[in-house]
Amino acid sequence: MAEHIQNPPATSAKKLNVTAIAIWVVVLAVLGLSGYGLMKTNASRPEAGETAPGFTMNFFNGYEWEGQDAVALADLQGKPVVVNFWASWCVECRLEADLLEQAWQQYKDQGVVFVGIAYSDVEPNAKEYLREFSVTYPNAPDLGTSISDDYEITGVPETFFIDRNGVIQHVQIGPVNASMMNSIMAKIMTQ
Amino acid sequence: MQVRRKQIVKRGMKWGLLLLLIMTVVLPVWAQESDSSEVTDDEVNAVAKEVYCPVCESTPLDVCETQACADWRELIREKLAQGQTKEEIFTYFADQYGDRVLATPPAEGLNLILWIWPVVAVVVGGFLFSRYMRNLRATAAAAPAVDVALPEDVPPPAKDDYVSRIEQELKKK
Amino acid sequence: MIADLGYFSILMAFVTAVYAAITSWYGHKKENWRWVESARNATLIVFPLVLLASALLITSIVRNDFSIDYVWRVSSIEMPTYLKFTALWGGQAGSLLFWNLLLSIFTAAAMARKWDEQHDLMPYAIMVGSFTQIFFLALTAFVENPFTRIDSVIIPVDGNGLNPLLRHPGMIIHPPMLYLGFTGFTIPYTFAMAALISGKVDDTWIRTTRRWTLVAWLFLSLGLILGGRWAYDVLGWGGYWGWDPVENASLIPWLAGTAFLHSVMIQEKRDMFKMWNMFLIILTYSLVIYGTFIVRSGVISSVHSFAQSAVGPLFFGFIAIMFIFSAYWLNRRRADLASKNSLQSFLSREAAFLYNNFLILAILAVVFLFTNYPIISELFTGERGFVGPPVYEQALGPLFAVLVLLMGVAPLTMWFRGSVQRLGKAMLWPAVLATVAIVVMIVLGIHLWAALVGFWVVIFSMVLTILEFVKGTHARMKRGENVFVAFSNLMARNRRRYGGYWIHIGVLIMAVGVIGVELFQEETQQQLQVGDTISLGRYEMQFLGVEQRPGADDLIITEATVDVYENGRFVKTLTPRREIYTRTGQPMTIPNARSTILEDFYVLLAEQPTSPDSAIIRVFLNPLINWVWAGGFVFIFGTLIAAWPDAVEDKITAVQARRRPAVVTTGD
Repeated sequence: MAEHIQNPPATSAKKLNVTAIAIWVVVLAVLGLSGYGLMKTNASRPEAGETAPGFTMNFFNGYEWEGQDAVALADLQGKPVVVNFWASWCVECRLEADLLEQAWQQYKDQGVVFVGIAYSDVEPNAKEYLREFSVTYPNAPDLGTSISDDYEITGVPETFFIDRNGVIQHVQIGPVNASMMNSIMAKIMTQ
Repeated sequence: MQVRRKQIVKRGMKWGLLLLLIMTVVLPVWAQESDSSEVTDDEVNAVAKEVYCPVCESTPLDVCETQACADWRELIREKLAQGQTKEEIFTYFADQYGDRVLATPPAEGLNLILWIWPVVAVVVGGFLFSRYMRNLRATAAAAPAVDVALPEDVPPPAKDDYVSRIEQELKKK
Repeated sequence: MIADLGYFSILMAFVTAVYAAITSWYGHKKENWRWVESARNATLIVFPLVLLASALLITSIVRNDFSIDYVWRVSSIEMPTYLKFTALWGGQAGSLLFWNLLLSIFTAAAMARKWDEQHDLMPYAIMVGSFTQIFFLALTAFVENPFTRIDSVIIPVDGNGLNPLLRHPGMIIHPPMLYLGFTGFTIPYTFAMAALISGKVDDTWIRTTRRWTLVAWLFLSLGLILGGRWAYDVLGWGGYWGWDPVENASLIPWLAGTAFLHSVMIQEKRDMFKMWNMFLIILTYSLVIYGTFIVRSGVISSVHSFAQSAVGPLFFGFIAIMFIFSAYWLNRRRADLASKNSLQSFLSREAAFLYNNFLILAILAVVFLFTNYPIISELFTGERGFVGPPVYEQALGPLFAVLVLLMGVAPLTMWFRGSVQRLGKAMLWPAVLATVAIVVMIVLGIHLWAALVGFWVVIFSMVLTILEFVKGTHARMKRGENVFVAFSNLMARNRRRYGGYWIHIGVLIMAVGVIGVELFQEETQQQLQVGDTISLGRYEMQFLGVEQRPGADDLIITEATVDVYENGRFVKTLTPRREIYTRTGQPMTIPNARSTILEDFYVLLAEQPTSPDSAIIRVFLNPLINWVWAGGFVFIFGTLIAAWPDAVEDKITAVQARRRPAVVTTGD
């Protein structure tokens, strides 16, 4: 590169540095920010083998867990947990609703906990949906849309099967079906 | 200041409790009266305009086409029928679904940046800028001779700058 | 076969661009001009290669070759042929190829034209330009290859069809305009960087790229205006600008470019602010790339951004290199770029340009932070934030008002000096006139203070701008020209200045429309049975029924018919409709409006009707909305005047260039 440029005069050196630093700070801040944004955007939903992100549920009235209004995932440590994201406006969720309730009835005595998280739903409709499918397992609204954020769901329904150590064993995108349900349940109960 | 606020809050709570008591008596009657079909679409839209449902990002609720948004609009209608104000509904939505569903996020916490930043941009930017201008001006005072030799269009000061410029242009032609 | 040839020509283009970058560097290092010339020829060849690839992709789309994944995604058999052409930019991979095409056109045109005059800058210009081209070609060749075969054993019989939102005429030309604007800024950036790296930081790069910058800015402006029109015609929410991240991504570089176009005049006239101009053009291009990045990587998602893909990380790498590289050279050449001249008066023309820069950059800073707020908020609170239009409007309204005020006052200033008395004298009568107009408005019943302030500023600036034309014409008439000759000569002799004033008039007309719509929009929505009416303002509308019919391709149109009455007199039958493309199931709400200079009576079918004699109709009364579009026309007209090739000026540039001694020895 052509090197015929003289060094800047010493008098302006100090002022020069301030501007230079300012430019660098802005450049690096913008890069840092967009890098972070990119990381967040490309963050995929937690996969099988990863520890399930923690969250707290504030249950709908009538859908509490053992009489408690609010429960954190950590409180359920030691029990296999099935977390189902759904919404009353979601058509595909209706396909799996009965199956989930049946599975709950089948496995609840073996220490498994089923929880439903209503995504971006309004309370009256959500409760109506729960009544319609005679759901009895605990259900909570996704307050602040924060649980679905942490689980990076891309739509509903999505179901996360978590073993008793808090590790995700299977992620089901779209409705679950009967044949897979049993094998996955066996897996999270034995781990 | 702090103490006074607490007192107000306490008093507010007392009144609130009283109101609640009255409401529990009156409410069943109201609930029957508040027919959500009496709320007009315009009233619903006025609120929905400033709400953004997470299912269709960046589209205000009053235009969004999804079922989820239709449900939300219905909820707004019910809340309006119950006599809730726009602000109360906004607060409810923010609590339920997060601040991001509001067109104007609540002015608290980090969100305050949204109000501070424009002021900072103008004030701090203006300060730096005026210092820069004054520096330039100072150089001008120190060395006024530098520029005078410059271009052709320094007109005789008495005449209108504009007219003389055009006249020069015509001469050039 | 066609697909293979297409991919091959992309690869060839990539290899050629790499060759150009390496050869120009080598040639410059060895001071062997032949190598540099070879590099330049290589940049010229990239264009036909990319053109061939684009033509082959269009051919595949037209021939319904659904074995190609991209074709299957964006096209379908029944789609009209013109849409098959525009499907080239209807998806991520194709639009990147299209971007490459435009970039290669600009690069080739710049390299072909400015050859003999630019011996010092050329090698670096080729290097920087090729680097940009290499990056985008690499994206197309290795990440988003539009010729990728479909991932299925069975070739689909039919494709998905173009996204319904992109089938509107506005959307057909809107993206090319934006892309032309975006890629156009590559040329000034390339030459600015070449000037920085070579150390030849005189005005050469500005003279070389002045018209390019204006042309790029013209296309960007056109893209923004068309985007607004498209939103108004297709998105069905009664507005034209929603402060959506995708919109902001093109507004932000436009703002920086606008600041540059103003401040560059100080450098040309007074040889001041070299550093500042260099900074502004680099900022403009950086924001072009940054905007493209946030849209395409899905970092700040939005309705019409492309789905997230592997493009993100690579783009990030490119941005990081570009930002750091630019900042490094800017800092390194800082001393050379220092202003030799100084400011005599805070009321001089050069000062006015600086106030303009300050205001525009303040607006830019606000829009930039708000647009990025979702990430900032996530970083600090863990929760994604959202900034809606009211927050933007409240923060930017005052800044825009001051900017419009400055727009009127600045032309009164003179270079070098200025005085309060002189400015005051010139502003007195326009101010009185504007005040009278405002008083009339108050009497007529407008009491919204924001509107009154806004109208005052606009009228005041408008009078001042028109006076510029009057004064200039008058001065020429004194020399014996008649009024028409004087007026046209005035503009012909000073295109940039008077083109600029036309642009200002365009902005002021648009401002009238913006104030009208933003502050006086009325709306209502009702469920109607056949025969029912809605009244809004002076208008009454009667609902006559709904009918359904199939449209082109997989389209089903549901159309309502309404009669509009103004002051009780029938004026027009409107047919707002909803379109559903059955394959994607995506509904579109197409409004229909009765437009007058005063307002639009804008009618929408708010929900999908379920019976032929009942519908939910939403009506907007958009006062002065057509001023926005009319102002847009004037704006573009002004830009064309300013950017029109000027034979005399070009000759002067050429002569000046020839007079300068060649620094690099040629090979022949």
